[in-house]
Amino acid sequence: MTDVPPAPFRNEKALKRLKKRRAADTRFRLYGLSAIAFALAALSLLLVSILSQAISAATYHVVRYDVVLDPAVIAPAGKDKPADVARNIDGFYELLRSNLLQTFPDAQGNRLATRQLGDLVTRLAVLPVAKAVAANPTQIGQELTVKVPLNDDLDLYLKGAVSPEARVKLGAVEQGSETATGQVRLSGPNAFKGLQSLIATQRAEVGDAADARSILVTSGTATGRVVSLSADNLEMDLLAGSASDFQGTRPLARIIALPEAQRNVSDKQIAWTLALKDMGRISRVPHTSLLTNTDSTYPELAGALAAIVGSLLTMLVTGFIAIPVGIFASVYLEEFAPRNRLTEIIEVNINNLAAVPSIVFGLLGAAVFLGFFGLPRSAPLVGGLVLALLTLPTIIIASRAALKSVPPSIRAAALAVGASRMQSVFHHVLPVAGPGIFTGAILGMARALGETAPLLLIGMVAFVADVPSGPADESTALPVLVYSWATHAERAWEPMTAAVIVILLMFLITMNGIVVFLRRRFERRW
Amino acid sequence: MESTITESRETITAGTSMDETEGLTYPRIECKNINVSYGDKRAIFDISLPIPDRSVTALIGPSGCGKSTFLRCLNRMNDTIESCKVTGEIIMDGENINDPDIDPVLLRSRVGMVFQKPNPFPKSIFDNIAYGPRIHGLAATREDLDEMVEKSLRRAGLWEEVKDRLSSPGNSLSGGQQQRLCIARAIAVRPEVILMDEPCSALDPVATARIEELIDELRKRYCIVIVTHSMQQAARVSQRTAFFHLGELVEMGDTDQIFTNPRERRTEDYITGRFG
Repeated sequence: MTDVPPAPFRNEKALKRLKKRRAADTRFRLYGLSAIAFALAALSLLLVSILSQAISAATYHVVRYDVVLDPAVIAPAGKDKPADVARNIDGFYELLRSNLLQTFPDAQGNRLATRQLGDLVTRLAVLPVAKAVAANPTQIGQELTVKVPLNDDLDLYLKGAVSPEARVKLGAVEQGSETATGQVRLSGPNAFKGLQSLIATQRAEVGDAADARSILVTSGTATGRVVSLSADNLEMDLLAGSASDFQGTRPLARIIALPEAQRNVSDKQIAWTLALKDMGRISRVPHTSLLTNTDSTYPELAGALAAIVGSLLTMLVTGFIAIPVGIFASVYLEEFAPRNRLTEIIEVNINNLAAVPSIVFGLLGAAVFLGFFGLPRSAPLVGGLVLALLTLPTIIIASRAALKSVPPSIRAAALAVGASRMQSVFHHVLPVAGPGIFTGAILGMARALGETAPLLLIGMVAFVADVPSGPADESTALPVLVYSWATHAERAWEPMTAAVIVILLMFLITMNGIVVFLRRRFERRW
Repeated sequence: MESTITESRETITAGTSMDETEGLTYPRIECKNINVSYGDKRAIFDISLPIPDRSVTALIGPSGCGKSTFLRCLNRMNDTIESCKVTGEIIMDGENINDPDIDPVLLRSRVGMVFQKPNPFPKSIFDNIAYGPRIHGLAATREDLDEMVEKSLRRAGLWEEVKDRLSSPGNSLSGGQQQRLCIARAIAVRPEVILMDEPCSALDPVATARIEELIDELRKRYCIVIVTHSMQQAARVSQRTAFFHLGELVEMGDTDQIFTNPRERRTEDYITGRFG
C-alpha cells in the first residue's frame, strides 16, 4: 500500500480542529442569546410587576347620588357668594350624608353607625362638586346627580384587594324572620349545608382563627352577619336591609379571611357598599382623576397632575439650559479648542462630572441656588438648574462623540472651498452630527426626568395641592411623587404609585421614541 | 467680478520674470525655502520651486516624501494641523501667502483643492457646487447661481450625466463622478490654482482616464499642481515634474526631460522602479 496524501477536504486533523472551532462558535452564540434572554426577562418582569399593580388603579369606584342643592345648606344667607359656596365643603358633605342616611335609615340615631356610613365617602370628595356648583350658581336649588369617589378602602375591598374571601351560594331560604333578640333567622331545609362544610374546611386549615372571620350573607340589598348556624337554620345580625329581603332567595355567603378588627372597613360598611352596588349606585369607571387631580392625603382623591406639570416645567428649564450650553461647549471643545494641557484637564473633568452621584448635585443646588442666590425652594426653576448641571456632562460627552464621528474629509472639503472654520462647522459638521447630538441630549433629558435624589434635597418633595403655574411656583416632580406615595402606609397607595410609575415610563418611552425617530429620519450615510 | 480677476491676473503675470521656468510660462507661484515640521519632526527641507501658470505640475516621489505636505502649503491647509509649522515664502501675485496677515479663507477661494478620496458634502449635487459661490457671495441672483453651477459642471465634464438629477445627493454618484463633482465644486469659486492630491488613487482606470482628460482640459484655464503616485499619470498629464525624496526636492524640470533624461541618480532609480 502506498502513502496517499490526505485529501485536503477530508483531512481528519483539520476536521477535528474545525469541529472545535464550530463548537466555540455555537457556544458563543448561546452565551449571547442567553444574555439577551436574561435582559428581556428582567425587563418584562419589571413591566409585568408594575403594570399588574397599576392596572387596579386604572379604574375606581364612584358613588352616584341624587341631591337637591338646598340653598339653606350650601349657600346660607351671608355665605352665598360663589367663593363661599366653593369653600362650603361641609354643606355639600351634609347633603351627601343625609342622602346616605335616607338610603340606610337603620344607621339613624346610632352615632357610630352614622359616622361609619359617612366614611363611605371622604369629606373632601365633594370639593369638585362644590367648585362646579359655585362656577354655575343657577344650579342652586335644583336637583343634581352627583358622582363622588368611594372611600379608598372600600374601593380596594370591591377590587378584592383587602382580604381573601371565600364565597358560597346558599340553598333556598324558605323563611326569614326577626327573632326576639333583634336578630334575623333564616331557615330552609339543608340550605346552609354548603356553608357549614366550607367553614369546616377553613377550620381544618387555620384552626380556631376561623371563628374570628366574618361570615356575611347577602341577598339583594340586604346583608347580615352570621351568628349561629345549623344545616337548616341560620341566625344573623342584620347589617342592611330587612329580614323579608331574604325570603325565597338563594343568598350569597362570603367568609372574609381578615377579621373585622384588623381591617379598615367594617362589616357594616361592606354591607352598605354591597347594597349600593346592588342598587346600581356604585360603578367602576376609568380613573381619570389620576391625571386631572393634584396630590391629596386621600388616595381616592389624589392625582399626579401637579407632578406632571412640575416635571414638564423642570424639563423645560433643564432643556433650555443644558442643551444649548452642552452643544456649544462640545462644539467649541471638539472643533475650535486647541489641544493642550488645559483642554485635556477640562475633558477629564467633564468625564468625571458625569460620574458624580446625582445627590451631590442636589446638595450643590441646595447650597448654591437656594442658599447663595436665594432662589425659591421647591421650584421647578431650581430643579431644572440642578438637573441641567447633572445632564450637562452627559450631553457634552454624547455631542462630542457625534462630532467626532463626522469624517474629517467633510471639514477639509469645506475649508478648501474657502469656508471659514465656523462656516465649516455650522454648514457641514453640525447638520451631519445633529441627530447624534439630539439623541444624546434627549437621552440626557430622559435621565434627568427620572432623577429623584437631587430634587429631594431642594425641597421638591413638598406636598403640592395646586398645579404650578410657572417655574418659580412650588412644585413636585413625577419621580418624587413616586417616592412620596410609596412611603405612605395605606394599601391604596400601592397601585396608585405603580400608576404614576407607568405615567413616568410613558414619558420616557415617548422621549426614547423621539430618539429612534430622529435616528431613522435624519441619520445620513456616506 | 470675473473680469476684475482676469484683469488683475494679467497685470501681475505681466510683471513677473520668467527666467527660471525655462520659457514655459510665467511662474504663477514662486516657493522659496519652504520648511515644514510637525512638532519636532521635519517633513520638508528647504524647498524652492516655481510653479508655472496654465500648465500641470506633477509632484512625484515615494510615500512619506513630503509631496502632499508641500501641496497643502499652497493653500495653507496645513494651518488646520496644530503641530504643523511652515516657514519660507510662497509668492503669489507679488504677495507672500504664507504671511500670517493673509487670511487663508481668501487664499483658498483662489487656490482650490481636490482630495485623494472624493469628499462631496452630504447635500444635493446642486448644493455641493453652489456652496462655494454662496459663501463668497459670487452669485447675486438665483439665475446667476444656476448658471454658475451649470458652467462648473460642464467644465468638470459632469453636466450631461447629472443635469436631470441636480437635487439628488452628491453621495449617490459613482466614485469617479464624485471626484469630478469635487473638481466642479473647486472650479465654482473661480480659483486660479487647483491643487490635486492624488485625485485618482481611489478610482478605477476608466474613471481615472476621464479625470486625466479633464485635467488636460482644465490646464488651459488654470494653474494645476497634482500629487501622484503613478509615474505614468505624471508622464501623461503634466508638463513639469518635480521629484521629491525624504522631504527634499531632488529634481525638477520638464516632464519629458525628467522621464527620459533625469539629471539625478535618485530620480532615475525611482523612475525605473529600483526603489520606492
